[in-house]
This record gives sequence, C-alpha cells and structure tokens, in this order.
Amino acid sequence: MTTLTLRRPKPEAPDARPRHPQPTPGPSLAKRMALRWQLYVLIAPALLYIVVFKFWPMYGVQIAFRNFNPFDGFGGSPWAGLQHFQRFFGSAQFATLLENTIGLAVTNLVVAFPVPIILALMLNQLPAGRLRSVVQGILYSPTFISTVVVVGMLYLLLSPRTGMVNNAIDLLGGERILFMGSPEWFRPVFVGTTVWQESGFQMVIYLAALASIDPALHDAARVDGANTWQRLRHVDLPGIAPTIAVLFLLAVGNLMNVSFEKALLMQTPLNLESSQIIQTYVYQAGLQQAQFSYSAAIGLFNSLLNLVLLLTFARLVSRLQGGADQ
Amino acid sequence: MPSARPAGPPTRGRSAGERAYTAVAALVLGGAVVAILYPLWFIVVASLSNPDAVNAGEVWLLPSGFTTDGYARLLSDATVWRGIGNSALYTSLATVVSCALVLTSGYVLARRDLPWRRLLTVLFMTTMFFDGGLIPRYLVVKDLGLLDSVWAMVLPNALAVWNVMIARTYFRSAIPHELREASQLDGASEFRHFFSIVLPLSKPLVGVMVLIHLVWNWNAFFDALIFLGDDTKYPLQLVLRNILIRSEVAAQGNLTSDLASYAEAQRVGELVKYAMVVVSTLPLLIVSPFAQRYLNRGGVSGALKA
Repeated sequence: MTTLTLRRPKPEAPDARPRHPQPTPGPSLAKRMALRWQLYVLIAPALLYIVVFKFWPMYGVQIAFRNFNPFDGFGGSPWAGLQHFQRFFGSAQFATLLENTIGLAVTNLVVAFPVPIILALMLNQLPAGRLRSVVQGILYSPTFISTVVVVGMLYLLLSPRTGMVNNAIDLLGGERILFMGSPEWFRPVFVGTTVWQESGFQMVIYLAALASIDPALHDAARVDGANTWQRLRHVDLPGIAPTIAVLFLLAVGNLMNVSFEKALLMQTPLNLESSQIIQTYVYQAGLQQAQFSYSAAIGLFNSLLNLVLLLTFARLVSRLQGGADQ
Repeated sequence: MPSARPAGPPTRGRSAGERAYTAVAALVLGGAVVAILYPLWFIVVASLSNPDAVNAGEVWLLPSGFTTDGYARLLSDATVWRGIGNSALYTSLATVVSCALVLTSGYVLARRDLPWRRLLTVLFMTTMFFDGGLIPRYLVVKDLGLLDSVWAMVLPNALAVWNVMIARTYFRSAIPHELREASQLDGASEFRHFFSIVLPLSKPLVGVMVLIHLVWNWNAFFDALIFLGDDTKYPLQLVLRNILIRSEVAAQGNLTSDLASYAEAQRVGELVKYAMVVVSTLPLLIVSPFAQRYLNRGGVSGALKA
C-alpha cells in the first residue's frame, strides 16, 4: 500500500470516497453497490446483449410446444403439446438422422481428438529453435482458413474428373472416386478435414501445457534411467492430463453443434443419405420451409441429446481422473 | 548397494530407443507438414497454370503454361470486390463491438469486491450450457427488425461467453487488486481506473481479443446466409461459397461471360476458383505467425487451467 502512493485526488471524480479503501466487511450492501455503480454501467451493455440474444431465444424455445405464428409471438401462439416431437419421432427420417448425427459426431471426436496430443508430444521433443517454431507455425496455419474455403478446396481437389486427388489415383492405376457425391465418403472426408484444419490450434494448447511441466521431473526420470517412451508415458502425459480432460469436455459439449456449418457446406444431393444431420435438417425444415415450431422441437431434441452425451462423458472423465489419482 | 541402475545396457537401449523415437517423430511431423502444405502449394500452382494441364493431371509441383488470367478475372470482378468491402465493414464493426463487450464484462466479473458478481457470473455462464437454438434465435433477430441490415452481422453473435471467461481470468491474474485501492486513493473513478489503468496494462489480452474476433468475423458465413437476403450485402465468405461450392461462376455472369462456349467458361471457371482460394487464404496465412505469438502471450492457454 505504502509503495503505491499517492497523487493529488483528481477533482473530476466526486464519487470517490477515499476514506473507505477497504469496504468489504464494513458498509452495507447498498452502500457497497452505490460505491461501484460505474462497474454496473460497464457491464450493462453485455448484460443487455445476453438478455436479448441469449435469454429471449431461450424463452422462445417454448414454440416447440406450440403452433407458432408470427402475430401471436412466442408466448401467445396456441399450445400444441408434444405433437411436433411425435411427428418427428414418427417420421421416416428420424432413425437415419439420429444415426448420421451421432455417428458423425462420435467418429469426428474419436479420430480427431488424439491427433493434436500426439503432434504436441512429438513436437515437444524437438529442441527449441527455428525448426521447431517453423513446424509449429505450419501445423497451426490452417486454423485461420475459413470453413467455406476449406470446403471449397475439397470440391476442387476431390473433383472426380479434374481434381488433383483423383488424378493421382488415376496415375496410380486406381478407379476415380466420386468423393463429394457418395454417401460412404462423406464421413471420412469430413473427419479428415477436421484433422487437417483444427489439430494445429489444439496442439498449441497442449504445447503450452507441456511447457509448464517442471523440467526437474524429466531430469529426475532420466537419472532413474527412464527412456524417452517412459518419460513420455510417466511425465508428459500425466502433466497434460488436466488439459486433455478440459479440452475433451469442451469437445463433447459442442459435439452436436460445431460440425454443423461444415456439414451444410459439404452437403450435395448425392450424399444426403449420410450428410443430412439433425442440425442441417432443422435449417432446411425451419428456415427454408418455415416450419418454425416443428424444427424448433427438433432443435430442442438435439440440445437434450447433447446434454445427455455431455453428462455421460463428464462422468466418464471424472471416473478416469479418480482412477488416475489413486 | 548393488547397482540398481546398471550403467551400460540402459544407456545403449535408451539411445537406440531415442533414435527410433526421433525417427518416428520426424516421420509423423514431416508427414503432417507435407499434408498441410502440399494442398495449399498445389492450389497456388494450379491458380497460375493452364487449366487444361491442371485438369488432365499434368501439374504437380510447378506451374505449367504460366498464366495470371484467373487473378485478372477475379480482381476485375465487382461481386468479389463488393464482398470484400462488405466483409471489411462487418468485420471491423463486429470486432469493435465484441471487444468492447468482452473486455468490459470480463473486467467487471473479475472484480472480487463487486456485490452480486456471483449472480452475474451465473447469468453469463448459463449461456454456455443452454441455448435457444437456431429457430428461436432467427425469430428474435427477425422480431428486432435486423434482417438484411448491417447489425444482423454484428449483434447476434457479438459476445461469446467463453471469451469473457478468458478475459476474466486474465484480469484476475495479471492486474493486482491493490491497483484499484491505490487509484481510489488518488480519486480515480471506476471508469477512469478501467480505461486509463487496466486497459493499458492489458495489451496482450486486448491484442488476442481483437485477433480472435477479426479472424472469426472475417471467416463467418452462416449468419449472413440466414440473416441476409439481399445479395449486394453478402460478405466475402458467402460470395466464395456461391462460386466455389455452388459453382455459380457461370451464373455470376461477369467472371466468364466473355467466353464463347460453355466448356470454355467451365475450364476458365476452375482457374478462377483456384485463384479465389489463394486470394482469400493468403492474408490469413500471412497474419498467422504473428497471431500465434500473440495467442501464446495473451494467456489463452492459461485460461484453460483456471
């Protein structure tokens, strides 16, 4: 306190009460709030944003149980009960949509999640220097390319007649493949681009976690005769385990949402059979065909599914961590 | 004591193991580098080559039949330039608004002496776990009369609570609480403290937030797809989507309209697409190294540990 002194009080701040520097236990709630009214002013715009663009739509979720019409609004449209849910569960697409959505999300998670960990562990073994930072920079760069451009590249490079990949396949004596037009290729291509585009960013997060591991642990392990693999297994991996857990839960929390825009862009009439997921269906039924209540119900179902998955995986992670602590 | 760690064999084993490991790591990392760079390099090469050679699979590493026709057509196209202009407008506005919201709310939530901060934090955090979904969100934007306006590109996604939490963690760890006591003794108001003391001390955080929002907004396309109907207002990403993915090169007219036959338009259309990927990717790839340094410094990864 004494070192951080003290200029003349500024006259333009009449609300400052210099006699109460430590207000926490003393003054009443109202007084403490009045003292900091400007802080509430600072947060007011963000709060207003949250109310309008987050809570208002949440309130609007009720149209899933109503027959929405624009004149009566969210709260005034007539009730419809579970009619929209029943229609969706009874529809022909329901099973396919569910399978496509969960299949895509889980494959994407299982394949793409470990890649940045492996890359980070390997890169971490390189001596710090120019080579390492160049490699890191290259692996990181696709993070900044937009989804639209990545998918645009796919259409160019995978084109059946003119694309580079098919020209290579042809050169090697294989059959040209209709990548963007066949249902069985949708998922592999989708997951492949996730790995290509997103691994770098996560890798950097893991590298930061690895950098914070005490080097003494490595030295001690080395003195004890641990080889590279053993140090990887018993020093590095436990060191980044908390980061892995956090990123895993984040990934699971977004399981049903993140991939939606890319799925929409990669959709063609020919691969619809496997590329139609719940979210793209909501977009089509809701915004293109204006079936607001029906598609809001489907969206709500998707959120609930996501929540269930999140809770399941969260329990799994905490059990694994509990096991690791013993 | 008998040697618990026999000196000879493990050293040998370790060096052999280490060499094997280095080889595997070099292979994997080298493979990853090639897998990322080659497609990008190929697209650059293809954008400068005779489309017939590219389409026939005769171009692999270096341009053949060098041409800059693709770029010339692209850069003389009004639709593309209008997209770039729109994107610049939306991106700069949205970045300013988002950063203002994130920094102010992150700072206020970081203050431990603020009455009701728990309630406020809970309100913010709720939005990380619950979401109205696409349809109610669309209807709210429509009810507000924002459809087809600049604000539809700025407001609906202005605040990601995840970023607020990063900012909050940063303010808590990097700005000592005692600073406020000192400035209060000096008679500084909360506003003055925030703008003249806290913000100047938080340059790394501000840098990260500006960067994240710039890239994010520049690359966004979905809000434009659902909120904008008027194609003169389309941002670059939506223009790109229409040309790259929906192949509206010919339909856009101006890019290949001077060409006589459909086949010719098709052929040059591919060239334009390659050029388009390069033009839209290059700025971001140039920014990338700086971005990386900033992100490392600004404690984005540190926030994960909180």
